[in-house]
Amino acid sequence: MTTSVMTPVGPGKAMVLNMGPQHPSTHGVLRVLLELDGEIVVKAEPIIGYLHTGIEKSCEAKTYSQAITLTDRMDYLSPLSNNLAYCLAVEKILNIEIPKRAQYVRVLLAELTRVASHLVWLGTHAIDLGAMSVFLYCFREREEVLKIFEYLSGQRMMTSYFRIGGLALEPPPDWLERVQRILDTFPAHIDEYEELLTGNRIWQARTKGVGYISAADAIAMGVSGPLLRASGVAYDIRKMFPYTSYDEFDFEIKTQSAGDCYARYQVRVAEMRESLKIVKQAMGKITPTGPFRAEVPGIIPPSREEMKTSIEGLIYHFKIFTEGFAPPPGEVYQAIESPRGELGVFIASDGSAKPYRAKFRAPSFINLQSLPKLAEGRLIADVVACIGTTDIVLGEVDR
Amino acid sequence: MESQDAEKNPVVHKLREWDAAAVSGVVEFRGEITVVVPRTHLVRACEFLSTDSSLRFSFLSDITPVDRFPIEPRFEVNYQLLSLDRRERIRLQVWLSGKDPVVDSVTSVWPTANWHEREAFDLFGIRFEGHPDLKRILMPDDWEGHPLRKDYPTEGYR
Repeated sequence: MTTSVMTPVGPGKAMVLNMGPQHPSTHGVLRVLLELDGEIVVKAEPIIGYLHTGIEKSCEAKTYSQAITLTDRMDYLSPLSNNLAYCLAVEKILNIEIPKRAQYVRVLLAELTRVASHLVWLGTHAIDLGAMSVFLYCFREREEVLKIFEYLSGQRMMTSYFRIGGLALEPPPDWLERVQRILDTFPAHIDEYEELLTGNRIWQARTKGVGYISAADAIAMGVSGPLLRASGVAYDIRKMFPYTSYDEFDFEIKTQSAGDCYARYQVRVAEMRESLKIVKQAMGKITPTGPFRAEVPGIIPPSREEMKTSIEGLIYHFKIFTEGFAPPPGEVYQAIESPRGELGVFIASDGSAKPYRAKFRAPSFINLQSLPKLAEGRLIADVVACIGTTDIVLGEVDR
Repeated sequence: MESQDAEKNPVVHKLREWDAAAVSGVVEFRGEITVVVPRTHLVRACEFLSTDSSLRFSFLSDITPVDRFPIEPRFEVNYQLLSLDRRERIRLQVWLSGKDPVVDSVTSVWPTANWHEREAFDLFGIRFEGHPDLKRILMPDDWEGHPLRKDYPTEGYR
């Protein structure tokens, strides 16, 4: 396979081909309008909005706590990341400190979410390009992570486990043993995926040189996450603007310089390994007992015991769950490093119990904008590789 | 809320030095600086912030409109900028009237603004002068109305 842009052959009359919105390789309801000259893609235009459910508008009609459950459903492959970004933004407006123990649990779960999300990406990207066994292995491993989420919150995916002030519930006492089992077995599984794909001639032929974007173009297009890091730009919000005690953890930003699909594959697999490193460190920091959320009477609900035994607890509980709490008026922008890139939450508060405006800067929405840059000039088959490599989640693209 | 710290911020200072009319106000809240820019000065201020060698705000993270109906000016548009190598964020804010909300597009400075501005047009009805292809992005093409405006009901029209 050549690595340069291919020149069209034959009489150049473009054919318009519609890809999607229902298509197994678009990973959701994405429509791509392709103008083709033979098999060469002359123009690729993504058309979105098929999964638009008005999440941002709905958030304005709910209290700050109620809106957390809506955030799960945007990037539905890494729901805890969305929870985290939103909770951090609200906590910023409220100006409250989260206990370290809750912060470490948040880091651990955020990194497990990153692993789970990258597993879906790897499985679906591989199956799109023909490597079907990888899909089954990735989902088998992902089951272990989902079992942990279910053990903690009762929910496999839309956990809403992070709440304003900390966590929703005290984690069960032996949950870290289950996490340890993942740490014991996962690295060998990642080695398995690498054995199947990294040196595979077919995989390399389908991904090397495909979907190239330069660092300058990526920055201009607002691309973030593994897409940007595979082009050589070491932008990782966990390191640049650390949140939730990430500055206390020892990990590296993984970059590559080739800027093609293969480089992104390498970056994401390396990120999975780094995430496991962070999980191990977090396990060492989480104390068996301690607070799982901040104590701010009137804003964070009191514990069940306090609510049942003291009159103040009961009154606070009642007020918080009927009226909600009112943060001071102001605007904040809080960004986190989700598995897909910079997930930003902009909240404008007007001093009432409901967010006046909650905007979610979805990384997939912006990364998808660069699809024409990745796919134009290449073959149709490469469009599938390019869509897979952007790792988009339509729930986040459309909100 | 103006504060002494906001005024002393070096980026604000440089902006004022370059063109005092470009800064009509500064707000500091929770450690974040927001510079209010008159809409006529927006694109030139953005060009300055992104190309000046000591500022280098090369990354546009987000464009967020907020509808402040019924007060006038009605629309507040926030531009979230980031300088990757200087590791600094700043926010620009323009205020647009409700009767005819139009502002210059910043796609010439940051191409990523393309879809952000289309979304703002789709959901708020704000027009961006100079945008290469301003059309709806999330709602169907033949939709009437701008759903995220405060006078558009949450349940929609049936």
